[in-house]
Amino acid sequence: MLTYIIRRLLLMVVTLFGVSVVIFLLLRIVPGNIADILFDSAGLIDPAEKAKIVADLGLDLPLPQQYAQWIGGLFRGDLGFSYVSEKPVLDEIAPRIPITARLAALALFFSIVAGVPLGVISAVRQNSGLDYGLRVLSLSGLSMPSFWLGLLILMFCVHFFGTIPIYDRAPETFWAWFAMLAIPAAAVGFRSSALIMRLTRSSMLEVLGQDFVRTARSKGLSEANVTYNHALRNAVLPVITTIGIETAFLFGGLIVTETVFNIPGVARFLVEAIRWRDYPMVQNLVLFIAIIVVTVNLIVDLIYMVVDPRIRYSE
Amino acid sequence: MAPVLEVSGLSTVFHTRRGLVRAVQDVSFSVNAGETLAIVGESGCGKTITALSLMRLIPMPPGEITSGSVKLDGQDLLKVDEATMRTLRGSKIAMIFQEPMTALNPLLTVGKQIAEMVMLHDKASSQVARKRAVEMLHHVRIPEPERRAREYPHQMSGGMRQRAMIAMALACRPKVLVADEPTTALDVTIQAQILDLIGDLQSEFGTAVVLITHDLGVVAETAQRVVVMYAGRKVEEAPVGEIFARPMHPYLRGLLNSIPHVNSARGVEVDEPVRLQEISGIVPALNDLPPGCAFSPRCSMSEERCTRERPPFELKADDHYAACWRA
Ligand SMILES: Nc1ncnc2c1ncn2[C@@H]1O[C@H](COP(=O)(O)OP(=O)(O)O)[C@@H](O)[C@H]1O
Ligand code: SF4
Ligand SMILES: [Mg+2]
Repeated sequence: MLTYIIRRLLLMVVTLFGVSVVIFLLLRIVPGNIADILFDSAGLIDPAEKAKIVADLGLDLPLPQQYAQWIGGLFRGDLGFSYVSEKPVLDEIAPRIPITARLAALALFFSIVAGVPLGVISAVRQNSGLDYGLRVLSLSGLSMPSFWLGLLILMFCVHFFGTIPIYDRAPETFWAWFAMLAIPAAAVGFRSSALIMRLTRSSMLEVLGQDFVRTARSKGLSEANVTYNHALRNAVLPVITTIGIETAFLFGGLIVTETVFNIPGVARFLVEAIRWRDYPMVQNLVLFIAIIVVTVNLIVDLIYMVVDPRIRYSE
Repeated sequence: MAPVLEVSGLSTVFHTRRGLVRAVQDVSFSVNAGETLAIVGESGCGKTITALSLMRLIPMPPGEITSGSVKLDGQDLLKVDEATMRTLRGSKIAMIFQEPMTALNPLLTVGKQIAEMVMLHDKASSQVARKRAVEMLHHVRIPEPERRAREYPHQMSGGMRQRAMIAMALACRPKVLVADEPTTALDVTIQAQILDLIGDLQSEFGTAVVLITHDLGVVAETAQRVVVMYAGRKVEEAPVGEIFARPMHPYLRGLLNSIPHVNSARGVEVDEPVRLQEISGIVPALNDLPPGCAFSPRCSMSEERCTRERPPFELKADDHYAACWRA
């Protein structure tokens, strides 16, 4: 078990190194840098001034040297300064992280709490009207882009409540808090819950057809015990893996949702930073998101090991 | 002595898109306490469905038990409600399955899977149930039962899992044990051990055993009475000595001829597992049975009447029944 965790941690380091190289190169392949954008938008034309900005930011250095500067700074705890605000990147990101983290956690929570039980119900009542209804719902959840769903929810709110949930650092009532975070979280989590539901359903159907379920019935166990204690425990294994993968997709949905609902989290901030070619900001944010995703996947694998003795004992 | 288990006129069908599949038709038999009844026949002839019908474990839909009765100590299992049936499953009638590798839940320890049932039926505390589980594992001759009880199925060999299944099935001392090809998936040496084990426990507890197999060697070694099935129906039934001495149905004769070592009754040597697939032709589709004798397309003795009229299952000699126009 310990060797497994150590091996996984090493693998994490390799993954993060890969991510850092890819994001570093991608940013520089995309045409234009901060100097170009400043000059385009401000209409400045003095090439000497532009060259000075480029030199000040170190953008004229060879790529390996730029990369080494970034990573070297990271190890010293120095994330650099934002090109746009000229404040330390850490100071810019830090206050936004809890906002996005809360939204993401709530979205994930919703998708599990809705997805798993509905998947089980759908499987247990296979081919009933309820099953068909849930399958249609989940299919629409998978096919509906989250920005569109977000806009629909906004329009719905405006139509029925005359207002939309507005972000507030310290909401006054529970309902204000709920509207502020829960509605956007539901919009992001809908896709994941649909996916988790479909997966739970198919996994559950497969497990319910297996021999050991028949054995459990042959012992005289109640249908509820067979379904929840014997079958669900097995059916949930592939779902756990998917939840790990879904956290990565969640960020995609968050970018859109934070924009639509005007929430000042990191996801929306990232888009802004990309637009300005704010290299230190983008690089560090993407790496940060990668760390979160990789860590969640490690946790998911550890949970898997706890649940499945076949993996626990094979180590 | 009144039989513990009395099955009569049992018919089970499946409603499928390809039509009505008559998996079991009009099957009757009875078993006394401490005795073994063997049901033999080729793969697909309805043995497992018969067994599952006794336990009322047929998936419905698509399955349906259309008629018959299954009397356990006089109580008709097909008439009781589902809640009552659950109290009987595992406690009065238990089953072991063909595939020991998949029949146990991979996420629960073997001890827990046995104890769970003891707690349910005997209202035992979890400590008592655990102790009983260990006792049962000891009873089925699993070494170090305390340790094994804490192990998961994947840590055990196929033979040991089948022992654990037997321990589970007999933990509540059922009156009837339905064993569906309990040794088919195992090595030959293990097969003999498992059969011996079932036999020993059967005489110790006085359990009536319905042993399903397609291995005539196993039948000769273990059973008192034999039912031969073909295409969902009984085609022959007699005490085991009769069956081997005077097989009547051409199907059974075909089966016996395909075994190298059968000379006379009971003296069967089981050097290797004997499979029954060696009669030419295939079992007819159960949703499209021929109008006369179901065996007629494969029967070398078939005559005109055989394809027209189904032969009745009737007494042909003393306690020896068969369904064949020419027997
Ligand atoms: N779920 C099902 N749906 C339709 N037909 C089935 C189903 N289960 C079994 N059958 C039919 O019942 C027949 C008997 O099967 P079974 O009792 O398993 O045979 P065996 O004698 O090999 O145990 C099979 O030939 C199959 O066509
Ligand atoms: S009834 Fe006819 S076809 Fe059927 S087994 Fe007897 S001889 Fe063969
Ligand atoms: Mg079978």
